[in-house]
Amino acid sequence: MEVVMRADAKVRVESGTESSPRGPGCSLRHFACEQNLLSRPDGSASFLQGVAEKSQERLIRNTCEAVVLGALHPRTSITVVLQVVSDAGSLLACCLNAACMALVDAGVPMRALFCGVTCALDSDGNLLLDPTAKQEKKARAVLTFALDSVEQKLLMSTTKGLYSDAELQQCLAAAQAASQHIFRFYRESLQRRYSKS
Amino acid sequence: TVEPLEYYRRFLKENCRPDGRELGEFRTTTVNIGSISTADGSALVKLGNTTVICGVKAEFATPSTDAPAKGYIVPNVDLPPLCSSRFRTGPPGEEAQVTSQFIADVIENSQIIKKEDLCISPGKLAWVLYCDLICLDYDGNILDACTFALLAALKNVQLPEVTINEETALAEVNLKKKSYLNIRTNPVATSFAVFDDTLLIVDPTGEEEHLATGTLTVVMNEHGKLCCLHKPGGSGLTGAKLQDCMSRAVTRQKEVKKLMDEVIKSMNQK
Repeated sequence: MEVVMRADAKVRVESGTESSPRGPGCSLRHFACEQNLLSRPDGSASFLQGVAEKSQERLIRNTCEAVVLGALHPRTSITVVLQVVSDAGSLLACCLNAACMALVDAGVPMRALFCGVTCALDSDGNLLLDPTAKQEKKARAVLTFALDSVEQKLLMSTTKGLYSDAELQQCLAAAQAASQHIFRFYRESLQRRYSKS
Repeated sequence: TVEPLEYYRRFLKENCRPDGRELGEFRTTTVNIGSISTADGSALVKLGNTTVICGVKAEFATPSTDAPAKGYIVPNVDLPPLCSSRFRTGPPGEEAQVTSQFIADVIENSQIIKKEDLCISPGKLAWVLYCDLICLDYDGNILDACTFALLAALKNVQLPEVTINEETALAEVNLKKKSYLNIRTNPVATSFAVFDDTLLIVDPTGEEEHLATGTLTVVMNEHGKLCCLHKPGGSGLTGAKLQDCMSRAVTRQKEVKKLMDEVIKSMNQK
């Protein structure tokens, strides 16, 4: 499904740097979002070279395809352009969040929202949500999930490293709990935007 | 068929598929090891109609400066137009690139071969294993077939003994003395297709993959550890469904390992 639409929505989602403190009860780093910061799209999307990027593009595209109601827009093409401003770990999860917010900002009809969460398992088996780049490198396994907003079902998953079945279920449960924070953030951010204009 | 999805739904309601398989049944798997004499290791795997051949060639290379005691394993998956009409000639398409990345991730995550074992002389000489996987017939479930072919081919690889001559600083290869690679784990991939957001079927054929609303691939090794959980989008899955997939993957891992051991034993007896 190659869908192109004049992208009238650009969203920048930042995942905070290592120094910002984590809020109580939630082990995700601070995140902020700026919507509609570009008035014109950037021109043709030149996809990144490299097999690893192609693989990530496929993951993000398939996740978007699963939620976007494509049947309502026949013979159209939606292009999602993701530009990495800075990478401080959990990049793929951040890309997924940005893609979702951009689609919402553009007014594309979707059957659910989705969010990305990354979990890292270190050598002692401790679970770390939303790891920094340094924590990712030292971790034994890094798992990235995309969850939907309706029933927190698993939409996309990609993993690196070795882990057991029980650890997978543990990470999935933690990711589902964390996704609630992210969906609440989406709601608040959109409320703020539309209450002003 | 005029309405392929309706046709499939009628079968799925009775818990079976048009080719007579159950929902959790794999197609007949056959493996042929060591058929390519010009390669250092080779294997041909057939999963029903899906055919993948893997050839491994070993060459010399200088290790990189940031990892002087490590060799290289370079996998490459080729999906030529000969295997299916959906592929065209030219540079590798997206499917081939994604599959190559998947195989590279499986090798990296499962630590099937320790790269340190491929080093001959730290900082100067190391082996590089070029693993070329070519699909000869694409009928779905390419990831399972590729992982199996790679594992079988690596088990077949024999590397000659290499000594570095002190005076000339050149490598001397003793072709008469060959040894097998040290394969540490046996990762086996099990792929599922999701239908209508609810039903999970194992080992999808090409047509089933086309009609499915999502796919999932689980790579497990014999210790029950997961090397890779690859779910590229598609309909959502609950934790309970994932658990069923894991148990199926465990049984599949045992079946595949048994098959491979039988084939290798029969080869060594000859």
